[in-house]
Amino acid sequence: MSEVKRFHSVRLDKDLCKGCTNCLMHCPTEAIRVHDGRAHIIDERCIDCGECIRVCGYHAKIVETDSLSDIKKFKYSIALPAPSLYAQFRNLKDIGYVLSGLKKIGFDDVFEVARAADIVSRAIHEKLRDPNLPKPLISSACPTVVRLIQVRFPDLIPNICDIRQPMEVAADIARKEFCQKTGCAPEDVGVFFITPCPAKMTAIRSPIGQQKSCVDGAISMMEIYRALRPYVAKMQNEEDLHGESSHYGVGWASSNGESKVVCPDDSLSVDGIHNCIRVLEEIENDKFSDLVFFEGNACVGGCVGGPLVYENNYVAKNNIRKLVSAIKAKENINPVESVPVSVMNKYPLYMDAPIEPNPVMKLDDDIQVAMQKMERMNQLIDELPGYDCGSCGSPTCRAFAEDIVRGYFTETACIHKLRKQLKVMAQQMVDLAKTSSYEEKKE
Amino acid sequence: MSMVHQVYPVAADDFTRAGEASADIKRRLKQLGVSSAVLRRVAVASYEVELNLVIHSDGGELTLNVDQDGVHLISKDVGPGIPDIDQAMREGYSTANEEARSMGFGAGMGLPNMKRNADQFAIESQVGKGTTIEMTFKLA
Repeated sequence: MSEVKRFHSVRLDKDLCKGCTNCLMHCPTEAIRVHDGRAHIIDERCIDCGECIRVCGYHAKIVETDSLSDIKKFKYSIALPAPSLYAQFRNLKDIGYVLSGLKKIGFDDVFEVARAADIVSRAIHEKLRDPNLPKPLISSACPTVVRLIQVRFPDLIPNICDIRQPMEVAADIARKEFCQKTGCAPEDVGVFFITPCPAKMTAIRSPIGQQKSCVDGAISMMEIYRALRPYVAKMQNEEDLHGESSHYGVGWASSNGESKVVCPDDSLSVDGIHNCIRVLEEIENDKFSDLVFFEGNACVGGCVGGPLVYENNYVAKNNIRKLVSAIKAKENINPVESVPVSVMNKYPLYMDAPIEPNPVMKLDDDIQVAMQKMERMNQLIDELPGYDCGSCGSPTCRAFAEDIVRGYFTETACIHKLRKQLKVMAQQMVDLAKTSSYEEKKE
Repeated sequence: MSMVHQVYPVAADDFTRAGEASADIKRRLKQLGVSSAVLRRVAVASYEVELNLVIHSDGGELTLNVDQDGVHLISKDVGPGIPDIDQAMREGYSTANEEARSMGFGAGMGLPNMKRNADQFAIESQVGKGTTIEMTFKLA
């Protein structure tokens, strides 16, 4: 491929990989193959969902993120906590403890991503008034779901909402406000997202729908949690910072949080990457003719279930639920009514680049050749055992047949086929041994 | 000239497997690199026609042919046949039973949806014999 190599935050630690088939079997885009005793990730297919990280018993799948020490590369640094960060703390009485703690561990300023979620919520809500919108409108908040659509459902790209994700909007506002406040130059400010998942890291390095990301880096929520916990445990708001987002904005941390505010009545929210695939298949068939908004989250439970979080996703979801009701009891604000239009006009909320299809499932650019390859695949599938055991290094027999026609593997990689061949050969040897040879006859 | 030819048997009233044929058709067209716009129309029509076989027919088969000219879908069943095709083609008209309706089908949009999505649509039916539907989707 002439294209520049895509950035991926999900990586393989070659030394730790045993070459087992766990990741192979769970990858939703069939992006992993095992050969030469270890896993290989096919770059064009990987959507950075992190399923392989979860299932790898040897911890050989790692995530490349920035570290807390990287914030020193900038004169000033701003932390963008995803609302899922609040979910890591049980009985969190005041979001201010977290915001204050972030300053204590080295950031110069903090901007809640939930605040941007409030603005984005209103923007999506306004967008949904347009009667000519394709239905359903698909949320663009989860970068993995957007990548999944690029790879497996390119025909649904027109349905993806072209409003930027809250992380991007937050970074833009945070930097502008900070520079205005302090008078410093924008390039002196490093804006870091506290991320629950590898996909957001990838979205920063290789943005979709945007020329360039407003975020400078992403730090794993796990790393931040470790540094932050002692400060939050003190339960003192030493910096006197307060949560400024609505309970709806905070609610974006869990699945259905976005739908609940932008389109509570005619929406469907689905969590877990394999569930998302199932529902997207049905959307593709026009099965939900009355559906207005679809929110898909790659992780079970939503962002609180990300591969880089500390807390169990069910506990985290509960923590968010409690926090949301506490904020609601104090101040019940709905951003789709309260976010001023002036704020919406002040910052760029829309994507500035098209979302391109990434049809990696295509067998060949020439349809004639693709048809020949498919014909050959059919023959191969008939000859394969259908065990889907993964011993050959492909996730299923069908994928193996595909890999053969693509030239990645040869048929002998199938251990079952090889065994059958050996059996025939062994029988042939026995038969051969029974017949007298030319030399024997001579004797 | 190469072409793809695939036959899917579809059993009457088998809701557990309903949708498998159209899912496989979609997967194949994506592998062939059929454009998104065409794919979407085939997806909708093939799902509708497969569900029609499950809900209304006594069983039959769905055939996918792809050649240079386009994607061809042929649905052939063994009965019961449609007495009045004009009526069946009307939007909102449905003979789906209670069970199918309780599962969200029977809106009477199946045949009209197929006709709308296909570039060519032909239906032929004989009561007691069966129904054949042929659809063509141009590739370009």
